[in-house]
Amino acid sequence: MGIRFDKLGVVIAAIAGYGAFLAPFATFRANRIVAGEPRSVLEALPSPVGLVLLAILVAAGLVALFRTPLAARLGASALALAVLALLIGNAGAYLTPEGNTFARVSPASGFWLLIFAFTLLLADVLTRLQLSPAGRVVLLGMAAAAIWLLLASGQWDSLSILKEYANRADSFWNEATRHVQLALGSLAAAVLVGIPLGILCHRVEALRAGVLNVLNIVQTIPSIALFGILIAPLGWVAANIPGASALGIRGIGAAPAFVALFLYSLLPVVANTVVGLAGVPRAANDAARGMGMTGAQRLWGVEFPLAFPVVLTGIRIVLVQNIGLATIAALIGGGGFGVFVFQGVGQTAMDLVLLGAVPTVALAFAAAIILDAVVEHVATRRSTTVAA
Amino acid sequence: MIEIESITKRYGDVAVVDDVSMVIEPHTLTVIVGTSGSGKTTLLRMINRLVEPTSGTIRLDGVDNRSVPGHELRRSIGYAIQGNGLFPHRTVAQNIGTVPLLLGWDAARIKARVDELLALLQLDPAAFGPRYPHELSGGQQQRVGVARALAAEPNVLLMDEPFGALDPIIRTKAQEDLLAIQKRFGTTIILVTHDMEEAVHLGDRIAVMDAGKLIQYASPTEILARPATGFVETLVGASDRPFKLLSLGEVRDVVEPGSAEGEGIAAGATQRDALAELLWSGRTAMPVTSDDGMPIGRVTVQGLVKRAARPK
Repeated sequence: MGIRFDKLGVVIAAIAGYGAFLAPFATFRANRIVAGEPRSVLEALPSPVGLVLLAILVAAGLVALFRTPLAARLGASALALAVLALLIGNAGAYLTPEGNTFARVSPASGFWLLIFAFTLLLADVLTRLQLSPAGRVVLLGMAAAAIWLLLASGQWDSLSILKEYANRADSFWNEATRHVQLALGSLAAAVLVGIPLGILCHRVEALRAGVLNVLNIVQTIPSIALFGILIAPLGWVAANIPGASALGIRGIGAAPAFVALFLYSLLPVVANTVVGLAGVPRAANDAARGMGMTGAQRLWGVEFPLAFPVVLTGIRIVLVQNIGLATIAALIGGGGFGVFVFQGVGQTAMDLVLLGAVPTVALAFAAAIILDAVVEHVATRRSTTVAA
Repeated sequence: MIEIESITKRYGDVAVVDDVSMVIEPHTLTVIVGTSGSGKTTLLRMINRLVEPTSGTIRLDGVDNRSVPGHELRRSIGYAIQGNGLFPHRTVAQNIGTVPLLLGWDAARIKARVDELLALLQLDPAAFGPRYPHELSGGQQQRVGVARALAAEPNVLLMDEPFGALDPIIRTKAQEDLLAIQKRFGTTIILVTHDMEEAVHLGDRIAVMDAGKLIQYASPTEILARPATGFVETLVGASDRPFKLLSLGEVRDVVEPGSAEGEGIAAGATQRDALAELLWSGRTAMPVTSDDGMPIGRVTVQGLVKRAARPK
C-alpha cells in the first residue's frame, strides 16, 4: 500500500499533462499581427532538449500526483518552473529563422497551462509550509531576482513580448514610472484624506452613513464615465484657477486619472478606518478614559494603533486595486502601462497588449504579497484579545 | 474622605442615580452593591467624572471634583474595570506605566514602580513585564489591571466589578490580594459589585442601591442583621445570612476555655470556616490554636450557633 493520490495533485497533473502533450507550447507568426501557428514541445525545441523537458515535466507531474514529502513537491515545482522559464527562451531562438526580424515567437497555451499547474503546486507547498511574513517577502525577492537575471541575460530576447519591449524601451520605463506614480500617489492622497475622514465618521455618527453611502456610489460609477464627469470641472479649474494648469491639471490627462483613482480609493480606506475603530475593545477604551487620557491621547495611543491592522488591510485593497485600475488612465492620455494595452488592442498586436498587462499583473501581485505580509506582521504583534 | 452630596444623574426623564448622599471615610473599603440597572456603576463613574452629574456635588478631601479638568482628575484616581481593559498592543510594563507616563514621570521612576507593583502581585517583573496581555491568563490579566490602577499611587481606587470575569478560585485569591493591598497602601477603595457575598466579605461599609436610590449604607453586620427593606433582605439571601454573619467574625472571638479532640483551627480563621469544619467532621468541639501555633482553647458548635443568631 502506501501509494496514495494527492487530491490537488490529480488536478495539477491533469492540467500539466494536457499542457505538455496536447496544447501548443509556443506560437510562431511570420510577423506581429498575422495569426499564429502552434508548435508542440518537440517542435519548438531542438531534439534532445524537448525530450529532456518532457521527462522533467512528467517526473514533476508524478511528484504532484502522489502523496509525496513537501520537500520533494517544493523541488519538483521549482525545477519545473525554472526549466520552463529557461527553455521558452530557447524555443524563441530555435523557432525564429536566422536574421528574420519580423517573425514573432510567443509562449502558447500549453506553456501557460504548465506554468499555471506548477505555480499551483508551488503555492500549495508554500501554504502548507506556513511561511512567516518575512519569509514570503524574501521568496518574492528571490523570484523577482530570478526573473531579472533571465531578462538581463538575454535568454528571453527572442520572445515576441521582449521584441516589443526592445522597440519601446524608453517609453516603457516612462510609462512604468507614470503607472507607479498614479497608483501610489492616489493611494497616498486617499490615505491622507481617508483616515481623518474615517476617524471623523467614527466620532460623528450622523456623518457616517452619509459619507459611506456617497463613497459607495462613487465606487459604482464606471471608470470611463467618471473620466467623462471629471472633464468639465477639471477643465474649469485649469482655466480659472491660476497656477492649476501649470501643475498639469487639465480636463484630460493624468489629473482626472489621478482624481478618479483617488475617489475609488477613498471607500476602502474610510470604511476600514471606521470598522477598525469600531472594533476597538470597549473595555480598553473605557480604561483609557478612566485613567485620564485626553481624547487625542486615546485616539493616537489606543484606538488608532488597535484599528491599524484593519486600516492597513484597506490600504492593501486600494493599492492592488489601483495598480490594476491605473491601466485605464491611458484612455484619457494619463499614461501608464495602459498605453501599451490600448495601442496593442488598436493594432491587434497581442504581444504589445502583454507588454502592458504582464508588468501590471506582476506589480499588483508583488504589492499584494508584500502588504499581506505587513498586515499579518502587524496583526500578530498587536493580536487583540477580549479578556473573558 | 469622599463626600457625595445629593448627586443625581438623569438620562432624559429617567433618573439613573437619584439624589444619593453618602460619606466615604478614608482608608476604608466601601462596596456599592445592587442589581444591574440600579445605578451603582453610574454612581462610581461620577466620582472620577466619567459621567457628569445632572446635579449635586462630590468632594474629594473637601475639594469639589469639578475644580480640575476631568482627565487630570482621573489621573489622580485609580480605575479598574471588569475585563480589566488592558491595552492589547502594549506590554504589561507599558500598560502599568500608563498613568505615570501621562503624569510625566521619568523612565527610571516608572520602571521602578512597575517592578514594585508586579512583585507585589506575585508576577515576576523580568518575565511578565515584556509580555503582551493576550499571553497572560485571566487571573494574571486582572492582577495587571489592578497594578495599572495603582501605578500612580492614588489615594482613591475605583473598581467596577473587578472580579466579575474570574472563576471562583481565582476570584477568592484576587479578593485576598485586594485586602492585602488595601492594608498595605491604605488606599480608599470603592468597589461596585452585584454579589452580596463579595460585598460582605470585602466591605468595611456596604451601600445598597436599587433603582437609582441609596437604600441602605451601613456595616456588613448591620446590613445582615437589620436589612432596611425587603429588597436588601432578598439581596442578602434569607437562607444563608447566618453563615454570612459568621463569615464576618474570627474564631478568636468565640474561643472557650477547655480542650477538644482532633484537628485544630487557627484563631484567625472565620467562624464560618470553623462551623463548617465541625459539621463536616461530625464533632461538637475542636481545639483552637493561636497565630504562633499554641493551643488557646476550643470552639464549640453551640458557641458558634449563638453567634449566628440575629444580633439584638
